[in-house]
Amino acid sequence: MDITLHVWRQKNTKTSGQMETIEAKGVSEHASFLEMLDTVNEDLQSKGKEPIAFDHDCREGICGSCSLVINGEPHGPEYGTTSCQLHMRSFKNGQHIFVEPWRAKAFPVLRDLVVDRSAFDRIQQAGGFVSVNTGSPQDANCIPVPKQDADKAFDAAVCIGCGACVAACKNASPMLFVSAKVSQLSLLPQGQPERERRVLAMVEQMKNEGFGNCTNQYECEAACPKEISVEHIARMNREYFRATMLEETPKEGHGGD
Amino acid sequence: MKLDSKIPSGPLAEKWQKHKFEMKLVNPANRRKYDVIVVGSGLAGASAAATLGGLGYNVSCFCFQDSPRRAHSIAAQGGINAAKNYQGDGDSVQRLFYDTIKGGDFRAREANVHRLAEVSRNIIDQCVAQGVPFARDYGGLLDNRSFGGAQVSRTFYARGQTGQQLLLGAYSALNREINRGSVKMFPRKEMLELVMVDGKARGIIVRDLVTGEVSSHAANAVILATGGYGNVFYLSTNAKGCNVTATWRAHKKGAGFANPCYTQIHPTCIPVSGDYQSKLTLMSESLRNDGRVWVPKTRGDQRPPHQIPEVERDYFLERKYPSFGNLAPRDIASRSAKEACDDQRGVGPGGLGVYLDFADAIKRAGEDGIKKKYGNLFHMYQKITADNPYKVPMRIYPAVHYTMGGLWVDYNLMSNIPGLFVLGEANFSDHGANRLGASALMQGLADGYFVIPYTLSNYFATENLDKVSTQDSAFKMAESEVNERTKKLLSIKGSRTVNSFHKELGKIMWDKCGMARDKAGLEEALSKIPKLREEFWQNVKVLGEAESLNQSLEKAGRVADFLEFGELMCQDALHREESCGGHFRTEHQTGDGEAKRNDDAFCYTGVWEYKGPGKKAELHKEQLVFENVKLATRSYK
Repeated sequence: MDITLHVWRQKNTKTSGQMETIEAKGVSEHASFLEMLDTVNEDLQSKGKEPIAFDHDCREGICGSCSLVINGEPHGPEYGTTSCQLHMRSFKNGQHIFVEPWRAKAFPVLRDLVVDRSAFDRIQQAGGFVSVNTGSPQDANCIPVPKQDADKAFDAAVCIGCGACVAACKNASPMLFVSAKVSQLSLLPQGQPERERRVLAMVEQMKNEGFGNCTNQYECEAACPKEISVEHIARMNREYFRATMLEETPKEGHGGD
Repeated sequence: MKLDSKIPSGPLAEKWQKHKFEMKLVNPANRRKYDVIVVGSGLAGASAAATLGGLGYNVSCFCFQDSPRRAHSIAAQGGINAAKNYQGDGDSVQRLFYDTIKGGDFRAREANVHRLAEVSRNIIDQCVAQGVPFARDYGGLLDNRSFGGAQVSRTFYARGQTGQQLLLGAYSALNREINRGSVKMFPRKEMLELVMVDGKARGIIVRDLVTGEVSSHAANAVILATGGYGNVFYLSTNAKGCNVTATWRAHKKGAGFANPCYTQIHPTCIPVSGDYQSKLTLMSESLRNDGRVWVPKTRGDQRPPHQIPEVERDYFLERKYPSFGNLAPRDIASRSAKEACDDQRGVGPGGLGVYLDFADAIKRAGEDGIKKKYGNLFHMYQKITADNPYKVPMRIYPAVHYTMGGLWVDYNLMSNIPGLFVLGEANFSDHGANRLGASALMQGLADGYFVIPYTLSNYFATENLDKVSTQDSAFKMAESEVNERTKKLLSIKGSRTVNSFHKELGKIMWDKCGMARDKAGLEEALSKIPKLREEFWQNVKVLGEAESLNQSLEKAGRVADFLEFGELMCQDALHREESCGGHFRTEHQTGDGEAKRNDDAFCYTGVWEYKGPGKKAELHKEQLVFENVKLATRSYK
């Protein structure tokens, strides 16, 4: 099949970018979207033009690297699919395809379709963990978890941190991403001791990174390649409210006897 | 090159306990004076960085991805082994140890493997404490399934994405340490050189993949946890970024490379569909718990699968290996599939495929039952192939998946370079000539959580390490080497893209050093690879500048190293005149086509020493001593 690509090209964070039109001919419908871009890049290079930069790694939908807005939709038209798992059979011969990077103030463009998502890491660093030293925790089966809780926690834990939720949201809100971790750990017994601290710290960091807030449009759920439910945002809101009621100002350490 | 495995004395089951007690400690208040560099943030790297940071060392962790959470451990699907015996089906540390030694075709160190089996139990406890959501049964306790090469259910899993959940567990532990300030994270940085001072590993040179800036980092020890080299084949189940550069750079600085020819070809991957193909996708081994592998009995049978009656199907694994059936180990299952296809009984385009059929399982457990267990795998298969595996059998074919070879390490996971430690897939230590399913996650986390924290403190407590600075000449020289190399790659301005070289190398490796190898083929590869390498350095086309985000430049450096490494791999495969595990030399097989080891001549680890550009690497041997298991012909019949 032949397609016409309109791709965002931008040299670096400091320069401004523009759309570039590139014809791609003889594309196999069985190729993935990224394999189509590979072919285009080989062609560009043979003509002495620099290839299109885009993030990708595992190409099996789990690492969360790929991050393309395709015809206005993060990860393209297929439901529950990352860009790397999207195949050209989802497009028509002769179609014009617009490819843009994630657009959000907190995700600056580094080059072409590559954006800086380190804000996501900083949110996780603020509290997305259970504080446990490596050593000799109790036997795993001493912490029974009801299957329905474990399954629900798992549904949240599948988040791949790609950022499609932010890209889909008119407020550039990462609430689906943040709530996935808050929800996972608040549903499990292991997450209870830090339950309040965690949600407060993560939400605080989210605000500091320049992301917006949720206004319940649910575009994030529709764009999420892992089909994470907005139910987790609701849970996070409850957790946040609860934590603001319960949290006390921590006292200073006294060093022991 | 001196290879002292430093295996502790005493009975096998007591070695690790005894060694842990005998090793020296570093006082908690002194730990912050020690700088540690960890390269790689997969299961081994992230768990090591988190644990060492937690102990109080001053840790810097580097990865080339934009976030440590994206390391390729994330893609492991099936599970992680542990000798918990929660199912009461006769599992024990001893049995996991034996299965792993046998699975590796008696080419791994007894003491390392036993330690791995011992600590396997702690891993599950640690991960559960972190909040890793393993599969559970209705009583709220942990569930298990079976994997290849074992007759017990000892594999813990989290649907079809166990690697993701374990890595996110390690990532969260890492995040906690970053939050506490004990670990500093450096994403989008690629290690391009190891720096040695007074014969010891004391730092690395990295390139910032966004700005192109080259910088030096000094430490008291360097830990490489940079994964395997499967991408030397171009097409593999590895992520696109996986590469041999860090370990190869260390090798060129003197670290021995052990058993590079031991590569694992995984039997159940989605077959290649066209020339544009950029990677291969694995379908988890766990599918073989319920799926049945078959091909038509008649050559060239073109009928669609549902029209082939039961009696005209050859369930070849069940036929050849009745006691393990479809769960025969990976090397054996892969070779059997190749045999069937070589015999013109393969299915699908080009005849390079066999069926993995779930019809019986769906009849037994219902579509819903199968969906609960493998939903995401079936979904992924359908996405890629546009076939519905609930209705028609999957088509699968073997693909390069894992590399058992790697940098040589002693029992303490230290290479022959003092201060250079190697963890996870990047080392050679625990899987011999073939790795069993669900053992990679186990080894990565064992090395990072439960081995390196002890052995590294012993190194610090017993070595006298002078202070070094990144202003020292060793660092400056290494930096200029890196800059020269980058300049060279950009100045060639030839006519072939990096990718075209990589593809050509991959084809040579797959054809001549893949599932089956022979002398003539390996010699042919050894004559072709240097020519291709020479052409690369004269005719590669790398556009753009060094001081920017330049993905072709990154790739060019990695492919340049693969072009050197591939030759060593073939050399190793050529010298090992026997078949063992994943290394199958067609000259050495039994009457019924099974691997034929030669224990008299090859019961050793082959360790290669770099001798300089254009010179042949020198082979050293670490003899394998089996005091506890009897060398036997590996049989799964």
